[in-house]
Amino acid sequence: MQTFGQQLINGLSLGSIYALLALGYTMVYGIIKLINFAHGDIYMLGAFWGYYSINYFHFNFWLALFSAMVVCAIIGVVIEYFAYRPLRHSARITALITAIGVSFLLENGMSYLVGANARSFPQAIRVVTYHWLGLRVSNIQLLILGTACALMILLELIIKRTKMGKAMRAVSVDPEAAQLVGINLNQTISFTFALGSAMAGAAGVLIGLYYNSIDPLMGMTPGIKAFVAAVIGGIGSVPGASLGGFIIGLLETAVQAVGLSAYKDAVVYFVLIVILLVLPAGIFGKRTREKV
Amino acid sequence: MRFSSRVKSNLAWLGVMVSGFVIIDGLEVARVINPFIENMLVTIGINVILAVGLNLIIGFAGQFSLGHAGFMAIGAYATGIMTQTMSTPLGFFLSMGVGMVLAMVAAVIVGIPTLRLRGDYLAIATMGAAEIIRILINNLKITNGAAGLFNIPALVSWATVYVLMCVTTLVTVNFIHSRGGRAVMAVREDELAAGAMGINTTRWKLAAFVFGAATAAIGGSLHAAYIQTIAPDDFNIMASIAILIIVVLGGVGSITGTFVAAIVLSVLDTVLQNFGTIRMIIYSLALILIMIFKPTGLLGSWEFSFKRVFSRREVTSHE
Repeated sequence: MQTFGQQLINGLSLGSIYALLALGYTMVYGIIKLINFAHGDIYMLGAFWGYYSINYFHFNFWLALFSAMVVCAIIGVVIEYFAYRPLRHSARITALITAIGVSFLLENGMSYLVGANARSFPQAIRVVTYHWLGLRVSNIQLLILGTACALMILLELIIKRTKMGKAMRAVSVDPEAAQLVGINLNQTISFTFALGSAMAGAAGVLIGLYYNSIDPLMGMTPGIKAFVAAVIGGIGSVPGASLGGFIIGLLETAVQAVGLSAYKDAVVYFVLIVILLVLPAGIFGKRTREKV
Repeated sequence: MRFSSRVKSNLAWLGVMVSGFVIIDGLEVARVINPFIENMLVTIGINVILAVGLNLIIGFAGQFSLGHAGFMAIGAYATGIMTQTMSTPLGFFLSMGVGMVLAMVAAVIVGIPTLRLRGDYLAIATMGAAEIIRILINNLKITNGAAGLFNIPALVSWATVYVLMCVTTLVTVNFIHSRGGRAVMAVREDELAAGAMGINTTRWKLAAFVFGAATAAIGGSLHAAYIQTIAPDDFNIMASIAILIIVVLGGVGSITGTFVAAIVLSVLDTVLQNFGTIRMIIYSLALILIMIFKPTGLLGSWEFSFKRVFSRREVTSHE
């Protein structure tokens, strides 16, 4: 029971990172049907911004988190403007290859600028471990879980309660009809990228604090897993992405806990395939009836 | 004696293939081709084999597969394991056959459930399947785990790669021009309409997928026997993406484009070797710029055809 509780806590903190990343994938996919391969690398940039802002500008943790979100939002908008906007009307596979190109560019650009070696993330917050009912919970884990949940609720509010959120939902249903009722398509898509990239930036700073090690290629695997999380949850659905992230995090921790850590990725992909076969649109995805 | 344009085009292609072989052989004898260039040529050949198969799946059958490297791994490991006990050319071809059969079986197992999915969902599912194959290889004893296999006997020369490249391309192109190829393209254009016309859509999608997997296994076998070292990490998602890039850059649905892109990318890679660390930056920028300014790929869906050249000439001579 104790190990179960312990693994549950570990899984939830890992899962909340995946969930934050998956939100960006799901929003971008929902609105322009693009698998934004560069999303994982924006998370890496967020981690590096946190590293430099804490080490050189002596920001405290919250300021680093907030500034990383702002910086990543700007980077996301710039990437969309230069790399994806010119391709909005071409085949989707072309946009996908461009996204892969952007991902390579960010990874190799950062390797070139700062070196490919892993570096340790500054300890912006002193680690305190609480012992409670025999479980070990660090304040960092609580912080990650709390921040992630707060950001997810904030995002849900933005999408459901604000005018811009309504515009985003309208564009994801039908871009042309949305334009007819006076929604600015470019602005809405830019806003979506800003929101998603801000979440990725926050996830980057949080993972830096949790794992204590960052490098330019750190975004690759979590990026793909977060996309898997978004697909499991039902792509385009915000609660789905959060749920998918937690499922992946818990699943990975559970497989590791039973001593099969070599197979943890295989189990994740296997569950993905099974879920897609049973629910082709993911858990919360909308089923679309096919028209002739 | 007058030949029809079909016979003439077949003869022309035969001529192109034979003269390509003779030219490379001549340059090899004249020592113009050093081991460095030969390595590049073999890489081009293997990439063409891999990308032609993937182009059949993506460009002609319209199924977005991101798991090509998984099937390549099966072929590579079949050769790597079998040629250690049978170190003869016959052993190599036997191992290639075994790899192809295993890859086809794996493709059927993966394809029957996942090919019901569409577009990006299929891509993610096939990517997951390829990763499962890689992780299994990574943890099995017979494949020597994460360290991989080394000292694989060198049973493959550039000539083997060249001949197999020609054979795979010929078989693929003939499939595309056959009844099966037309069925597959009908499924790509409109699955519902194709089904209504009596085409068994699942069967033809699966056929293209299995065919592509077999060519991937050939590419993998050649890779293992030429490079002589393989490790599970050679067949990760990035390897699948590298093949996908060749297909999209050349033009989805153009075999000629696949050849051009495989050559352009290999030459670019070789030239950029001199640039050291900024090599990958230039490569990624080139990729982004080509996609932005030429979104349909270098050749779009244009296909070079001797038959068209000859029939055009015939029409003009009749006039």
